[in-house]
Amino acid sequence: MTVQNPPALRASVSRNGLLWTLIRFREAGISIFILILVIAVTVRAPSFLTVDNFKDILLNISILTIVALAQTMVILTHGIDLSVSSMIGLVAMMVAFVVKQNPEMPVLFAVVLGMALGTVLGSFNGLIITYGKVPPIIATLGTLSIYRGLVFFYSQGTWINSFELPTNFKLLSKGTPLGLPNMVIIAILVAVIVYYFLNYTRTGRDIYAVGSNPDAAQFAGIRKQRITFLVYLMSGLLCGLGAVLWVSRFESAQTNTALGFELQTVAASVVGGVSISGGVGTVPGVLLGALLLGIIQNSLTLIRISPFWQLAAQGLLILIAVISDKWILNRVERTKA
Amino acid sequence: MKAQAVTESKSVALISANPPPRSFLSSFLRWEWMLVGLIFLDVLLNTRLSPFFLDANNLARTSSDFMEIGLMMLPMVFIIITGNIDLSIASNMGMSASFMGLLHNQGVNIWVAALAGLLLGTLGGMLNGYLVSRVKLPALVVTLGTYAFYRGIAYGFLGDQAARGYPKAFTYFGQGKVFGTIVPFSVALFIVLAIIFGLVLHRTTFGRYLYSIGNNENATLYSGIPVARIKFIIYTLSGFMAALAGLILAARFGSTRPDIGTGLELSVITAVVLGGVDINGGKGTMFGAVLSLLLIGLMRFGMGLLNIQGQVQGIVVGLLLILSILLPGVAGQVSSLRNTRIQWRTVLTGVGVLAVFIAFFLFFFWSRAPVIAGG
Repeated sequence: MTVQNPPALRASVSRNGLLWTLIRFREAGISIFILILVIAVTVRAPSFLTVDNFKDILLNISILTIVALAQTMVILTHGIDLSVSSMIGLVAMMVAFVVKQNPEMPVLFAVVLGMALGTVLGSFNGLIITYGKVPPIIATLGTLSIYRGLVFFYSQGTWINSFELPTNFKLLSKGTPLGLPNMVIIAILVAVIVYYFLNYTRTGRDIYAVGSNPDAAQFAGIRKQRITFLVYLMSGLLCGLGAVLWVSRFESAQTNTALGFELQTVAASVVGGVSISGGVGTVPGVLLGALLLGIIQNSLTLIRISPFWQLAAQGLLILIAVISDKWILNRVERTKA
Repeated sequence: MKAQAVTESKSVALISANPPPRSFLSSFLRWEWMLVGLIFLDVLLNTRLSPFFLDANNLARTSSDFMEIGLMMLPMVFIIITGNIDLSIASNMGMSASFMGLLHNQGVNIWVAALAGLLLGTLGGMLNGYLVSRVKLPALVVTLGTYAFYRGIAYGFLGDQAARGYPKAFTYFGQGKVFGTIVPFSVALFIVLAIIFGLVLHRTTFGRYLYSIGNNENATLYSGIPVARIKFIIYTLSGFMAALAGLILAARFGSTRPDIGTGLELSVITAVVLGGVDINGGKGTMFGAVLSLLLIGLMRFGMGLLNIQGQVQGIVVGLLLILSILLPGVAGQVSSLRNTRIQWRTVLTGVGVLAVFIAFFLFFFWSRAPVIAGG
């Protein structure tokens, strides 16, 4: 049980205690897993370990990283947001329509609009969960189908194609004025902000507190409801950002945009060491989790595993990562006792 | 941690000698009655809207569309009552059906292939059960992993091919009717199995153990009940039923593609939760779940007759799911507010912000992309 909430204790426990080494150890586990995978793949396909290929991987996991970080904040409070995929789908469609109608519009406006629309959807989730007292999994399961239904309602079954979008909007994700594609830089920026927020702000620490022990958090004067509301709101906000990038990268908005994406974001968080029961998880861990998923996807193609078996291999590797993590954790706990 | 706090408070409520007095209303408002009322309302409304609704043949035909969900729903009730979840059922169903299809394509006898499919699905359930009960990984994490894994295996088996050309004797399971009646075979099968599952849940010690695990797993373990074995059994059962549902779906379509049944797990969970089974475990009845399946089926059928798209129908089902939990909770909160002073300023600010949010969203939603001046 003590292993369940080290980050919440991090502020009070000295940094060279056993808990601290354990936290480091957790991220070491997945790092080693990634390292082994990289070496194994490079042996089979030397083209894997090139700068271009890694740029490719980073580009592919940018949106996943952004949304997985949002998902992580939600899971930290012992919640879950299954509606992320539908929020992305709905915001993507609405933003694409607006961009199509206003091709001269500054790109930044599209980003802000997407984030604002996402915030509304996210706060609707938050409202139901905090003040309506609906369990997160049910509330977001409901909004998963509601938001997806709204996509159809809004678009009337049509979709936005590449030629309908202005060039500068398409370059929002792929342009490389700073060396790396903009999207990767945005993802890194989001990661840095979330890292700072979770570790160095009061509200961020409160998120861990609410997740590890909601009752104690309340007795400590933390407004549990407000924190819970906030994480769902932020989840919507980041999904809105992800949606704009999605439209820009794939140059289209379809009714089934991001269908099934919610499970990928949960997988990235969980593989990155975020505990589904709340209170445990770090930003670097989630980044590694997303990176691992990206590397798996990329390397399976490179070592020429039939595309039909790739999903199975992905699922198997996720299972192995989770089981080995648990196994290591058990070992550590046993040596401690 | 939170789950533990919840179960602790539940056990406290169980221990206390004087249960809190139930209000007159709450004894009347049992969820099952609510569902019966909603079903009645839905039938009334749809009969007014479409003359084809109350047609025995139509109803019989459409009911078989929901039997795969129904078959997977039965063990899911068990699993959710113990406070766990199984997200992998639809993928497992795809894996089993694809395996059967693969064997059939290679000329194996259809009954042998079907048996092999059932076996593989059961094995899939056992793997879930092992990881949840013995390795003690969270059910959500395990079944999320196998969700991808099993679906992936289904794609691995069939690739971009489809298996088709099943013999008549096999497609009977999906398309046939019980001899001499208009009742589809799958519906009859579902009714029989629902009764058996209901009896197991409500009339056996095994069923009581499920509630007990859902209410307080540690206490159950300390009472000498083999919690791990029970969890293993229900996940195995879930795998078997998913495979069975897969075979019936394949028989109904007359073909198998690897993406068969994608997304059904959410429909199943929706049906269970709408049926009044507590997602945190410990509460719920089989009858409620069956009623909610009936309600969802009738609603979707009715909306289909009115030419409403499947995804738009999802809005209604999603709203119903949220409202089913939201309304009782809000009613409780309002009645508890009676004794506290309401901070009107906070309430007004909240309502104001909400109104702005909704107005902003609706503006963009209804205008279908406005032309922004000066853009």
